[in-house]
Amino acid sequence: MTSLATLRAAIDEQGRRLAAAGRPRVQLMEICGTHTVAISRGGLRDLLPDGLRLVSGPGCPVCVTASGYLDRAMHLAARADVVIATYGDMVRVPGRSGSLEQARSAGAAVEVVYAAHEAVALARRTPGKQVVFLAIGFETTAPATALALQQARREGVDNFSILGAHKRVVPAMKALLGLPDVPIDGFLCPGHVSVIIGWRAYRPIAAAFGRPCVVAGFDDVQILAGIGEILRQLADAAPAACSVYPAVAADGNVRARQAIDEVFDVTDATWRALGCIGASGLDLKGEYADFDAVRRFDLPAMVDYDPPGCRCGDVICGRCLPADCELFGRSCTPRRPVGPCMVSSEGSCAAYFKYHWRPRPKASP
Amino acid sequence: MCLAIPAKIEAIEGDTATVGLGGTRARVVVSLTPQVKCGDWVLVHAGYAITVLDEADAQETFAILRQMDALEGP
Amino acid sequence: MSGDDTILLAHGGGGQLTAELIEGVILPALGDAGGQEPACLADAAVLDPGAWCGGAAARLAMTTDTYVVQPLEFPGGDIGTLAVCGTVNDLAVAGATPRAMSMGLVLEEGLEISLLRRVLESAGRVAVEAGVRVVTGDTKVVERGALNGVMINTAAVGEVSPRADLGFGRIGAGDAVVLSGPLGEHGLAVMCRRKGLGLAGHLASDCAAIHGLTADLIEALGSDVHFMRDPTRGGLAATLVEIAAATGRDIQVRQQAIPVAPAALAAAEMLGLDLLTIANEGKLVAVVSAEAAENAVAILARHAIARRAVVIGQAGATADVPIVEMLTAAGGRRVVQMPYGEDLPRIC
Repeated sequence: MTSLATLRAAIDEQGRRLAAAGRPRVQLMEICGTHTVAISRGGLRDLLPDGLRLVSGPGCPVCVTASGYLDRAMHLAARADVVIATYGDMVRVPGRSGSLEQARSAGAAVEVVYAAHEAVALARRTPGKQVVFLAIGFETTAPATALALQQARREGVDNFSILGAHKRVVPAMKALLGLPDVPIDGFLCPGHVSVIIGWRAYRPIAAAFGRPCVVAGFDDVQILAGIGEILRQLADAAPAACSVYPAVAADGNVRARQAIDEVFDVTDATWRALGCIGASGLDLKGEYADFDAVRRFDLPAMVDYDPPGCRCGDVICGRCLPADCELFGRSCTPRRPVGPCMVSSEGSCAAYFKYHWRPRPKASP
Repeated sequence: MCLAIPAKIEAIEGDTATVGLGGTRARVVVSLTPQVKCGDWVLVHAGYAITVLDEADAQETFAILRQMDALEGP
Repeated sequence: MSGDDTILLAHGGGGQLTAELIEGVILPALGDAGGQEPACLADAAVLDPGAWCGGAAARLAMTTDTYVVQPLEFPGGDIGTLAVCGTVNDLAVAGATPRAMSMGLVLEEGLEISLLRRVLESAGRVAVEAGVRVVTGDTKVVERGALNGVMINTAAVGEVSPRADLGFGRIGAGDAVVLSGPLGEHGLAVMCRRKGLGLAGHLASDCAAIHGLTADLIEALGSDVHFMRDPTRGGLAATLVEIAAATGRDIQVRQQAIPVAPAALAAAEMLGLDLLTIANEGKLVAVVSAEAAENAVAILARHAIARRAVVIGQAGATADVPIVEMLTAAGGRRVVQMPYGEDLPRIC
């Protein structure tokens, strides 16, 4: 088992090689919100060489979902005949008319579920109500939604529907590399999305854009090993797609991808801050269209809204760090969040705040 | 993007299985890992097993398993 | 359903059924911890603090608490043991010996009397072990649906040791922060039971009375013990942040030093929770002078519930805006914040 000391030494060594080759500054993007949390919680940034900067990417499904989605969820929650079933992450995100948590406290039916199939079970238990499942997440959770829909269809659970916002990671990575003002030298790729899509899915990025794409797991050893491998590839000028996370196979989980293909079509999708990205979303196929809450209910048009001063969009693109946002730690805190990055458990701002924020002294000189 | 943990399959009942980790048990859906057997380690995410793990890899990769090994049992 | 099985509204009416409940269920269940016969049906209990302190004048500590835990019974305890231990522990960390407590019960119509009996028997057992008497009480019944089964309110008093000199103001730079044992067992045991996650007998609430620990510390170390608290709601994180805020001092702790039980760690991982923020009901945080730290650990470790007592950090200098900082296992640093308050299940 490689020790942390060995991995740190390896990172320092590659950093020195890069500096000697005229690249003293390297900026890497960790795409996955869970990586941001793990890096912050482990205090790992303190262990990295000075020239190495880590920025977060669009890896928090709640954060990259356009604000209009939450407004639609709130609209549904306000209906007496609807029960919203949602993962815990969405409950506190502030929309224009408050959060689902606030709606619940005002009497709306909002149930937190751990798993997509729980939402179907809820629908079965409450035949008089319409259960709408907030189906967000990347390729990790999409298979679960797919299985839940297959089950609902098979068992005739007609009072179940989804408000879908599943997204695909690789197209977003390409879109990020198209941003002129965000330098990204390499990607630390998400561990569990990769379990589903396989590490080979990143080959086009490594090949066409020359960026190392290394999949890592979520503990200290995994993350440092992943960073070390990215730096080595940069120093050797040999960018590739690979994995240091044994759980990830080259082609991922074929059965899971099959489930996604059976239920969803790949479509264009709108991401917060990144706009419309081709082939980056998952919409229900024709035979599952009845389970689409957008068709079943009369929903307002998706109107995007970013609170004044909120830089969540910049944070998820890696354009700035949380502390660069004027609102961070001032008017935007976990207690009173302005944007999703501060309230989602995978949000960068929430992670930076929880693990690193030091309040400014009250008296100014 | 995902909180996923390793767990050991203790019993399989059709599409679901009982898995355990450190004395805690949960029920998970195994439809995405149809090849799974009792005694296998799987990676569990949001109520679903998303892949089967090699036990040695699982021990090496997951801090929680290393810590459980290192500490005495309760 | 006969009135013998479940609680009826009339049980709270103050009449015949109330008396039957008290004499037939509540007092027998509390056993030696409760009073006997008409004395404890009186409106008030008369206490003689002089008897507690051998005639010397003493400071009294008083505490109150209300218990609404769900589910009512969980591995390692129930609302009864929790009500007694939680209350006793609040007195203990004030340097007091718990002597007498009140118990107000609010029962939901339809509550199974056998369950009520079980939780009160638990409470009685723990109270006897802790040397505290339930000297007065009250019983009300509310209609079905108004609350979940049982709510217990307690108040308790005890005399403060003359050797105790505790308070935020006594904490100084270099003081050692001592933790009596592994984190998170209570909160996780309750949450696992609530969420229906099965248990193999490894994860149980640590619910226990800690005044044996606090009394020994004060007895041996006296004013070298500067501050004590039991890290309940909000866990160790809340306790440390409160200390930092109240003292104006930075606090540093080391992750490697903090004991955790493998089962608790596993459950926390499964639920996506931070062990630092999870409630403990049988643990002690003590801030003692640096010179007394080693002794403090040794004194605690003699007790079965504190075998893994350890110094986890120290109080630092005063700061304009004090923070609690943890040295991580990897050797980096992170801040410890006050937790939000509701633990949400995470997925991604």
